[in-house]
Amino acid sequence: MSDTGAPQARPEDPTPGVEVDSTPSRIVLDADQITRVCARMAHQILEANRGAEGLALMGIPTRGVALAHRLAAVMDEVEGVRVPVGALDVTMYRDDLRRQPTRAVGHTHLPVEVDDSTVVLVDDVLYSGRTVRAALDALGDLGRPRAVRLAVLVDRGHRELPIRADHVGSYIPTRSGEHVSVRLAEIDGVNQVSIEQGNDPGRREA
Amino acid sequence: MRHLLSAADLDQTQITEILDLAEEMSLVQGRPVKKLPALRGRTVVNLFFEDSTRTRSSFEIAGKWLSADVINISGKGSSVSKGESLRDTVLTVAAMGVDALVIRHHASGAPWQASRWIDAHVLNAGDGTHEHPTQALLDAFTIRRHLRSSTPDLMRFDGKTVAIVGDITHSRVARSNVLLLATLGAQVILVAPPTLLPAGIDSWPVLVCTDFDEVLPQADIVMMLRVQRERMSGGYFPTPREYTISYGLTRPRLEMMKPGAAICHPGPMNRGLEISADAADAANSLILEQVAAGVSVRMSVLYELLGGAE
Repeated sequence: MSDTGAPQARPEDPTPGVEVDSTPSRIVLDADQITRVCARMAHQILEANRGAEGLALMGIPTRGVALAHRLAAVMDEVEGVRVPVGALDVTMYRDDLRRQPTRAVGHTHLPVEVDDSTVVLVDDVLYSGRTVRAALDALGDLGRPRAVRLAVLVDRGHRELPIRADHVGSYIPTRSGEHVSVRLAEIDGVNQVSIEQGNDPGRREA
Repeated sequence: MRHLLSAADLDQTQITEILDLAEEMSLVQGRPVKKLPALRGRTVVNLFFEDSTRTRSSFEIAGKWLSADVINISGKGSSVSKGESLRDTVLTVAAMGVDALVIRHHASGAPWQASRWIDAHVLNAGDGTHEHPTQALLDAFTIRRHLRSSTPDLMRFDGKTVAIVGDITHSRVARSNVLLLATLGAQVILVAPPTLLPAGIDSWPVLVCTDFDEVLPQADIVMMLRVQRERMSGGYFPTPREYTISYGLTRPRLEMMKPGAAICHPGPMNRGLEISADAADAANSLILEQVAAGVSVRMSVLYELLGGAE
């Protein structure tokens, strides 16, 4: 964990009141750190599963899908194993659909039968836990996995549901008014995780 | 989008959104649990004053697969047959607290009228000889899939020719398709005997031809319309046999089609009249794909209208 260079915190103690500097935006993970974090997570996932047997990575659009592909690429490069990668859109399973105008639905793609696979859900930021709750419901309608794990690049705390991640890239303590912005080269042209100020309740959904 | 009353209400971006979402919705048909929770707690009423199999049942399936509660009311067997007016029927149903009314009516403009009386969303499921927008959307969905088999990622239908053949005068399917296909950039050619071409057709964004054999070799899509005997008081063409010879998609005409061209028909078909059994069951017939698309497209439209905050 110490190789991430990111601020650390215990997962169960995100310390909402912790003093952080109040500049409008600060970078908490740069490109190299993201690469190292992904490599470590890929190893941890394989280690926890005792290999790639029955494993499938399901990214939650949009950035979770890009991360799932990165994890699979590391597994292929370093361990020489090919792990199927898919996408699981959870929009229609959200609990806040009625709170805003109709949301655009993303793409769902199943690389393998969900039944009896070990599905690793991959997302960029774990926050309230509501997206993961929606993902578990969505997955349940697609089949009955042998097990479901959760891998996230950033755990920023402030959970609202009894959900925790199995594999966390970096614990980043935040205030609830802040926004964690994950930018990945595949989508945003740059690799960077930053914390932005400003109360933006509309973003409070991860 | 509040209501779906006319294909003319949709711009290209909205059409593409609906069709893209319908692609996602179509995956539900292959799932172990054919259900999405998006419209849980919403109520959709199918108010059908005219007979229908595929439109009504596909709206019903679409609503149910999105977890909405769906109720069907047909003209026959309801208070409509006791003489209740359209307005009273619509207000009565709306007073029960429904979220959307799907209306089919023999009078052109009935759904539009209904949308002015009530707060619920109104979807036009076919009004008289006026419009049938979800049919045009499912046709566009089917055509796009067909064209994408040779051109992946195709968004617009520029450079493609769609021939719509038959009873244009009485066809709400033709009207909605003309509007939607024009928005997507397709060239539409209407083919019909002069008696079945409506007045004012000069202002439509189409070409018109009375000779099927001249148009057939140019068309990428040949859309055959049903001869609507129930709307005809006779005199539009001499005999059914003569209609078939001039405007039916017969076996010899299949040979004249452009390679890669496909056949559509909104159903129900009069086999042997406007379309031969050979054409209906041909390898390049998209007719059953159209039916499957009906559910996906109607799911997409219901989600667009009812999926968010009021």
